[in-house]
Amino acid sequence: MKLLKIRDHNELFQEQEYCEQFERKREFEDPWPAEKVNEVAEWTKTEEYKELNFKRQNIKINPAKACQPLGAIFCASGFEGTMPFVQGAQGCVAYFRSHLNRHFKEPFAAISTSMTEDAAVFGGLNNMLEGLENAYTLYHPKMLAVSTTCMAEVIGDDLNAYIRTAREKGVIPKDLPVPFAHTPSFVGSYINGYDNMMKGILSTITAGKKGEPNGKINIIPGFDTYTGDYHEIKRMLKIMGVDFTLLSDVSDIFDSPNTGEYKLYPGGTPLVDAADSINAKATVALQKYSTLKTMDYIKKEWNQQTLVLPPIGVKNTDAFFDGVSKITGKPIPKEIEDERGRAVDAMIDSHPYVHGKRFALVGDPDMLLGLISFLMEMGGVPVHIVCTMGDKKFEEDAYNLLSESPFGAEGKVYIGKDMWHLRSLMFTEPVDFLVGNSYAKFLWRDAGTPLIRIGFPLFDRHHLHRYPSIGYQGVINLVNWVVNTVLDEMDRKTINTTSFDVIR
Amino acid sequence: MSTAIKETQKMIEEVLEAYPEKARKDRAKHLAANDPSGQCSTCQVKSNIKSRPGVMTVRGCAYAGAKGVVWGPVKDQITVSHGPIGCGQYSWWARRNYYNGQTGIDTFGTMHITTDFQEKDIVYGGDKGLDAALHELKELFPLAKGIGILSECPVGLIGDDIEAVSKKVAKEFGIPIVPVRCEGFRGVSQSLGHHIANDTIRDYVLGKGKLEKTTPYDVALIGDYNIGGDAWASRKMLEEMGLRVIAQWTGDASVNELGIATKAKLNLVHCYRSMNYICRHMEEEYGIPWVEFNFFGPTKIYQSLRKIASYFDNTIKENAEKMIEKYKPVMDAVVEQYKPRLEGKKVMLYVGGLRPRHTVGAYEDLGMEVVASGYEFGHNDDYKRTYPEMKEGAVIMDDATLYELEEFTRRLRPDMVGSGIKEKYSYHKMGVPFRQMHSWDYSGPYHGFDGFPVFARDMDMTVNSPTWDLIRRKR
Repeated sequence: MKLLKIRDHNELFQEQEYCEQFERKREFEDPWPAEKVNEVAEWTKTEEYKELNFKRQNIKINPAKACQPLGAIFCASGFEGTMPFVQGAQGCVAYFRSHLNRHFKEPFAAISTSMTEDAAVFGGLNNMLEGLENAYTLYHPKMLAVSTTCMAEVIGDDLNAYIRTAREKGVIPKDLPVPFAHTPSFVGSYINGYDNMMKGILSTITAGKKGEPNGKINIIPGFDTYTGDYHEIKRMLKIMGVDFTLLSDVSDIFDSPNTGEYKLYPGGTPLVDAADSINAKATVALQKYSTLKTMDYIKKEWNQQTLVLPPIGVKNTDAFFDGVSKITGKPIPKEIEDERGRAVDAMIDSHPYVHGKRFALVGDPDMLLGLISFLMEMGGVPVHIVCTMGDKKFEEDAYNLLSESPFGAEGKVYIGKDMWHLRSLMFTEPVDFLVGNSYAKFLWRDAGTPLIRIGFPLFDRHHLHRYPSIGYQGVINLVNWVVNTVLDEMDRKTINTTSFDVIR
Repeated sequence: MSTAIKETQKMIEEVLEAYPEKARKDRAKHLAANDPSGQCSTCQVKSNIKSRPGVMTVRGCAYAGAKGVVWGPVKDQITVSHGPIGCGQYSWWARRNYYNGQTGIDTFGTMHITTDFQEKDIVYGGDKGLDAALHELKELFPLAKGIGILSECPVGLIGDDIEAVSKKVAKEFGIPIVPVRCEGFRGVSQSLGHHIANDTIRDYVLGKGKLEKTTPYDVALIGDYNIGGDAWASRKMLEEMGLRVIAQWTGDASVNELGIATKAKLNLVHCYRSMNYICRHMEEEYGIPWVEFNFFGPTKIYQSLRKIASYFDNTIKENAEKMIEKYKPVMDAVVEQYKPRLEGKKVMLYVGGLRPRHTVGAYEDLGMEVVASGYEFGHNDDYKRTYPEMKEGAVIMDDATLYELEEFTRRLRPDMVGSGIKEKYSYHKMGVPFRQMHSWDYSGPYHGFDGFPVFARDMDMTVNSPTWDLIRRKR
């Protein structure tokens, strides 16, 4: 039997019949004349429009930013048997879960206390009490990590008092750890939510645990959405023979093997290890901006040495290994040195295609700093750097970094700006390539600048997050993503010319 | 009471045992064994009631219903997520309400536009900022036909007066500025958001559009959000029937179409849940009758074509018959190809809107049986329409939790599950074939004669993918 040809939306709506239907529908749409639409479209590409666009103060258009509780539940999920528990309206949790599902293509469990109008009037205590009881009974967590939505924050729910009441009333066991963090959506972004929750969890779980030094180091990855990075950091430190605790280890949560069984708590940092983190020799953060408060707390309250060593790009990875070597006294093994050699070799092989290429970048502060550093190492030129979640400190860090290399001379940093600002820049000062998350594909469409997908969220490509972005292995992946996008684009542009080369 | 019903009831009781007492009593009201006859009094579920805290409901909020479902797809209006940054981010182009237009110029569907509330807005109020934001938008997007202000939780809690701002600015701009009080804490689910959004359509745009002439065949297509192009596939059929679709609500809709639906002779309602309110209003105020229909799968399509045609003259009736004659062989070929591969397979559905009942017929056309179905945010009237569609003893679930879905899956052993993104990957881990039935798993359309072949292909690839067999299960 001849198989039917099935046409879905990708083909169907390009057919003549549908095109005619769309034309007929215009009769009812009261549309603008085509000339008017084209005129405005052209105007949006001008310097004049850019100025107007950059004048706006009160509205964000296509921002690369999301809210605190997302970071909080992400952080919480990486601890053994921990159920993220969000005090507030329920739609938020549905959204957080969906967002993480779409990026990782993995399940993600989190609890909401489903607050509604009555809670707005009377406060959310009853929701918290019933929520804790139900969540504990039904889902058997070893820890419930509480964060908040803007609703609970606006009405001023007192988490500390509520949790105490819950224990007094016996709805949860007295010894169940219930750390909490206030994570209002109208302050900061998910990087701050991560930070606040991490601090909340560590301060709760390490209370009274100060004892003998355990000789380990703590690693805090930060809001890192590359599962490959978690596997990579463990691999690197194992090769080096470093005894460490990864705080919070989300690798199993967002990358669990398929065994035909759904596990609600597939892994995470063991709670005993997390509790013992207070006795470590030092704490190393792999991101700066998502760990500011936590690192400050660790330094001041634990009296621990703290280092921020984000290992993206060659020099940053060098600094990471030097730093870890110094605090642990372990030498950098030959195996790592060989990996470095391979990464550098890959960069040298590919450099002709990246050298002098101009880039626009949009993303999270730590990833951007790593990418700027890496691109300049390759001879690439970062031009527009847009960081919706960036603050003054980030701006300063980014400019300092750019000033370290002649390739950074053109770089301009835009904090608090969004992808609609970037759209203007890409028309008035065009670049060769764009680096950003999946939503940046709209910029690719509008400006025709090819997109290299690095960042969060990545919804429209599969498995990119499984590859490390950190370490020397991460360097090889970055080279791969960048240079092969450059080469793909070169093929597209030369397809009907003699330059359509096979060997490059 | 039949054995099938008794057995299902027993299973439900077992599943409920894990709950603390209060939650168990509540959840018991939301789970039932189906009785298609409607005789059995204990077989009716309670619905549209607050979710229990802490049980992991799948539900969303009023904002999701108003922004994500009803207003979001309106293409030439700017939809502002008014409040903190998250809500607009997480709902950004997630529902695939396809539209034609030049985004950012004359249409705005795939954009995320937000006032990004900061602490100062909470303390001092956000009205001033909103006023300024609307002016900035008007400058940057001069072709916008309207602006919707979709409020998020804090806006209602701090007592902002977005209606006053809207009124003032609408006067200045001469376009509709629509304040939608869809704060997420209102109501119990997405459902109230639909209702609130319907009311704002009524109050701000209904009856205000331009339509030069009318004909006896004018209809409005209501409650089709053009997910993966569904509304386009439906429109194609209605046009072929000889009807003139003057408005599409709200997939690929323009503000003008929201305004002229009152000139329709008949409102055709696909998603009853999200848009029955405005249809009732148009019936009362404008005397426009409305009829529910179902364009999933040939059986329901044929019935629906005849049902719709019955409101019109013989020309339309004849056209409907001609269409059935023309497309039946095409549909038969689809069934012939896929039915042997899907016959006897059991399906569990847990979705929203119209799908828990409307897709049952399409599965049955392929020889599949829906053994459990439920709604995230259904009401009593949805369930009443569902009972007769389902077999006796099937599980009916209202506002199911992660725990319940997992337990029912273990016990019912469906061959595939149709639910949402939050459920998808836990089913993948369980090794149970799964299809997202909110977004069609990025496929579609599923409506109409063009949609059914895609539906059949997708269900086949779900159930019969060789990847499921690769899982090495623990024994």
